[in-house]
This record gives sequence, structure tokens and C-alpha cells, in this order.
Amino acid sequence: MAVESPARARRRGTEAPYVDQYRDWLRMMILIRRFEEKAGEAYSLGQIGGFCHLYIGQEAVAVGTISALRADDYIVSAYREHGQALARGLSSRSVMAELFGKATGCSHGKGGSMHLFDAALHFMGGHGIVGGQIPLGAGFAFAARYRNTDQVSLTYFGEAAANIGSFHETLNIAALWRLPALFIIENNGYGMGTSLKRAASITDLHQRAASYGIPGVEVDGQDVVAVRQTTDEAVRRARAGEGPTLIEVKTFRYMGHSMSDAASGTYRSKEELDASRQRDPIVLLESRMRDLDMLDDAGVQEVEASVVAEVADAVKFAEESPDPDPSELWTNVYAPEPH
Amino acid sequence: MATLTYRDALNAALREEMQRDDSVFLMGEEVAEYDGAYKVSRGLLREFGPRRVVDTPIAELGFTGIGVGAAMVGLRPIVEVMTFNFALLAIDQIVNAAAKIRYMSGGQIGCPMVVRGPGGAALQLGAQHSQAFESWYAHIPGLKVVMPATPADAKGLLKSAIRDDNPVIFIEGEMLYNQKGDVPDEEYLIPLGKADIKRPGKDVTIICHSKTVAPALNAAKTLSDEGIDAEVIDLRTITPLDQDAILASVAKTNRVVVAEEGWGFAGVGAQVVDVIQREAFDQLDAPVIRVHQADVPMPYNKHLEKAAKADATRIAAAVHQVCYRN
Repeated sequence: MAVESPARARRRGTEAPYVDQYRDWLRMMILIRRFEEKAGEAYSLGQIGGFCHLYIGQEAVAVGTISALRADDYIVSAYREHGQALARGLSSRSVMAELFGKATGCSHGKGGSMHLFDAALHFMGGHGIVGGQIPLGAGFAFAARYRNTDQVSLTYFGEAAANIGSFHETLNIAALWRLPALFIIENNGYGMGTSLKRAASITDLHQRAASYGIPGVEVDGQDVVAVRQTTDEAVRRARAGEGPTLIEVKTFRYMGHSMSDAASGTYRSKEELDASRQRDPIVLLESRMRDLDMLDDAGVQEVEASVVAEVADAVKFAEESPDPDPSELWTNVYAPEPH
Repeated sequence: MATLTYRDALNAALREEMQRDDSVFLMGEEVAEYDGAYKVSRGLLREFGPRRVVDTPIAELGFTGIGVGAAMVGLRPIVEVMTFNFALLAIDQIVNAAAKIRYMSGGQIGCPMVVRGPGGAALQLGAQHSQAFESWYAHIPGLKVVMPATPADAKGLLKSAIRDDNPVIFIEGEMLYNQKGDVPDEEYLIPLGKADIKRPGKDVTIICHSKTVAPALNAAKTLSDEGIDAEVIDLRTITPLDQDAILASVAKTNRVVVAEEGWGFAGVGAQVVDVIQREAFDQLDAPVIRVHQADVPMPYNKHLEKAAKADATRIAAAVHQVCYRN
């Protein structure tokens, strides 16, 4: 009988509560990756318009955080939110159709890539103004507390948004009122083309939590298990009435800021990008699962095949879906008058 | 019929709506323990407690955005801004979030909130505290803009604004808080989007809102001594704009003066004139004349300040012009 390695035994210990979910997480991370690759292609073909900010490289953040939530918790994000929407359970059809601007999209074609919404799933939108969504997340937490539910609210933003006034104003108030909120900085190192080093006086952004008297935690965003463990603790605190947590997730985007800039060249080197790929979140989870004898080559191929089929179906659905009726131009500006 | 100040009429509206609906809450600077910077929220903390009357730090962007978030998930926040000059700090949340959530989400998520507080000039407060911003908000689809001129209107319009399922910008007149007027004792609502004939007349229409209603009525009194019978239309809500009321009055009088507190360029009056020239051009016996604040930052000096503001004298002079009575 083979003797279990100490590393594996340790993992079995701390990871035990999560192992059963690895397969789902792996599938979701690969789905997000393949979905985004296909979105990039569709953008290049002119099927997706406007801005399109891809999430490739950051998949473990969405999956690790959202898997810690209940269905009635709230999520709000910025404009790089396709992956989070999928992780929340929006169908790849409804997200792809929204990117295509179709009536069947999750925002009925009126939102686009930056404004994915699904009220039923408490996915409260992608928002396009840097930092603009941060107070909204605190507002959902305020409402939960007002109604005396134990829902929590999770707000995503990039590291550049941590330099915006709304970050400071909201964290101060959320801490003061002990709101059940998680503030997740997805620190991928670059605000558009500006390195964090050129934009922030301190680059360990979780340290800013100290100025609000709340916990500030740094976590390896390429490690989905670590992200999940950190989120679990923050959710526990929030539900217990202990207030907000600031989580800085160190991650990396493989692509440019949006489809309009190259992955590397202008503001970061190819070497830096290549180095980041050495810690690919999907590869890391796969190797973990292989260590635990949960996955082999055939298993990977099976997941890939199923995901590729799902994304192909989503694209077909989006292509075949109708544009919104022209009359929709005028709907939803104001609430319908009550009867 | 009770005689109430504009301030107390607003207070009564807040109290009644908070009693009626637990999802209504008031949030802002000094609204609770201080009893309101302008005492509009007087007594509400005592009655409703700190869960529903919430003091905030001086952080307009943050607390307005928290209000937007709360409204997106079904609460009905009333966000008090100490003055609309300070709401400039929150304008990203009002314009980029509150006004657009419903549209961007394809109708899934609304934003039933009221942002309210005093706007416009008081006396010698200088350039940063003397600004009428209604045209800014009226420019944004998705917002409604309400501006009551009397205590009765203030109460009935605020109650409607709180019950409205849209984000409503409710701008109170800083100089009106002490104005007294008759307010019905029984429960009533004034619908948003309905102008009011504050004085009927047949010779000329003066279209005004908020703080220009009183000088318009004063001007009308002076003019009636000269034999000019002026009709005074109070818009009450800027958006939706009551075009029917405007056009009905134009059809009756054929002469129009538009008076407003704010700056002229791209102001509310410009929009009113556009409606009139498009829909009632043939009914006009004279070009429409606008009276508004001088297009300068408000000076501190009291003589210069007076010269900058629209007043009864200037409104009467404009009426003389459209009646060719110079």
C-alpha cells in the first residue's frame, strides 16, 4: 500500500470540506476560460460591439468567492464581470446573447458586456464607472441589515478602484455601521495600462483596511481553494454581525485591459506575462485533483468537451436570437405607472 | 385646513410616509440627532429610531450610493443632501447609477428613491452655496425632478415622490422653508407631472416654478393694476414636464414669459420655449421672453446678488415686452 505524502495528507485535512466541490469548480473555471476565448473571437468578428474586458487568468477569483455564497446573497461588480456572472449561475446562453446585444440576453440587449444583470440570481450588475459600484454593494448590505436577514453582499472591484473616493467613503461607512459586506479587490496589477506601482502610495492594498478598523486579508488569487477559504471566513464574520472584510486577491489577467489593447508590449513585458502563466489557476486546480486521484487525462478531456459544447451552443443561441424590438428603445426608462 | 410652514409640511409628509411603509427610511447628514440641518426631519429620530433615521458622515458620494443600492433591492430611501450644491459630489451615483439601473438591466431592477434637500440661492451665501441645478437633473432620462413652491404642494408632492418607483430629485427652496400656507388636513397626493395654475388670467402666461412662483404672483398683482391679466403656471415638476398645461395656457393668452431661478443657458426655460415654438408657434402674438439668473457665479455683495437674480420687477418688465407695453 502506498504511503500518503505529508503534503497530500495536509491537503486532505484543510481541504476536506471542499474536495467534493473541486469537480464543479474545475468545470466552471474551464467554462469561463473557453467562454472568454470565444467572446474574444466573436469580438474580433464584429459580433460583439463596444468594450469587451476579458477575465482570462482570474477565473479562480470568481469561482472561489461565489461558491461561498448563498443564493440570496448579493453580488455587484465592475465591467470585467462575464466570469462572475457565469460563476453565479447565469446561463452561458444569456450572457453570450447579452454580449451580442440580443433580446434574449440577461439584460435584454440593453446592457452589453459591461452591464450584465440578473435580479433573480441577485447578480446586481456590472457597472462601468471605476469604483461606482462600491457604495451599491454597501447599500445591499444595508438593506439586509435593515430587514434583519442574514444575507451578505459581495462587491468586486479592481485595484485601481481602491484609489477612488467612493472606496474610502464606502469602507468608512460600512465599517462604522458594521455592514455585512465583503469588498473584494481583484488586484491584477494594472489599471488599464498603469501599473499599481505608479498609481498607489502603498501597493499592499489590504493594508488600507487598517484605516477603517476592519480585517484586511491578502490571498493568492490563482489558488481557488485559498480564495474560497478566505471568503468563507469573511462571510462568517458578515453573517455573525461582525462587519465587513477587505480581501485583496492577487491575480493576473492574461489579456489586455480590453479587446482594444494587446496582452503585452506597451505597458508590461512578455516575460512578465509568461511568468504569470506559470501559475495558471486551472492548471493548479487540475494538478491538485490529480494528486488526490480525482482526475486523469480522460477526465480533463471530458470536462473540456462538455464545456466546448456548451460555449458553442451559447454562441449559436446568441447568433440566432432576435435583436430587441425597436419599441424597446423606449421601455424601462421609467417604471410603469402603478394601476 | 391647517396653516403650516413649508418645512413642517415636508416634515409631515416624511412622517406620514414612514408611518405607512416600513421600507421608507431617511438618511443623510445631521438628519437624526441634530434634527435636520434645516429642521425638516425634526422629531423623526424620536419617533422612528436610528434604524430608520440614519445619520451619515459627510460623504455624499458614499451615502447616496448606499441609498441607490438599498433602493435596487427594494427599500425606499430618502436621501437628504444638506444642499444640492453638495449633491454635486454624489452626481455620479445619481446619474450613472440611479437613473440608469432600470434601463441597463432591461427593466429587472428599479431604484425607488428620493434625493431631497434645499437648492438655489438664499441670501449672500456666495457662489458655491447659491446654485439652482434642476436643469442638470432634468437633462437625464430616468430621473424625475420635482420642485414645490408652496407648503401644500411640498407635502403632496413629497408623498408622491416617496411612493414613486423611480429616482426622484426633490429640490426644496432654501428661502421657502419658513413660508406659511394652508395645508389640507386629510391625506392627499399631488401627482408628479401636473402643473398648477397658481393664478388664472387671460392676457399673458407666466411660467415659473419653485422660488420664482412668488415673484411671478407679485408681478401679476402689479400688472393687474395696469390692466394686464396674467396667468401664472407653476410647473411643480420639471420632469415629467406638463406640456398640456403649458400649451393650454398659451392657447388662451398667446403671450408667454418663462421665469426661473437658475442660469439661462440650457436652462429649464429653454426647454419650455422649445415646446412652445414647436407646438404653438402659430398661437404666439410675441416672441417668448425668458427671465433667469444672470449667467455668472452668484456674487456675495448684496447689490450685485440682487442684480443677478430673477425678481418680480424683471418678470413684470418681461411681461410688458411680450405685451408690447413698453
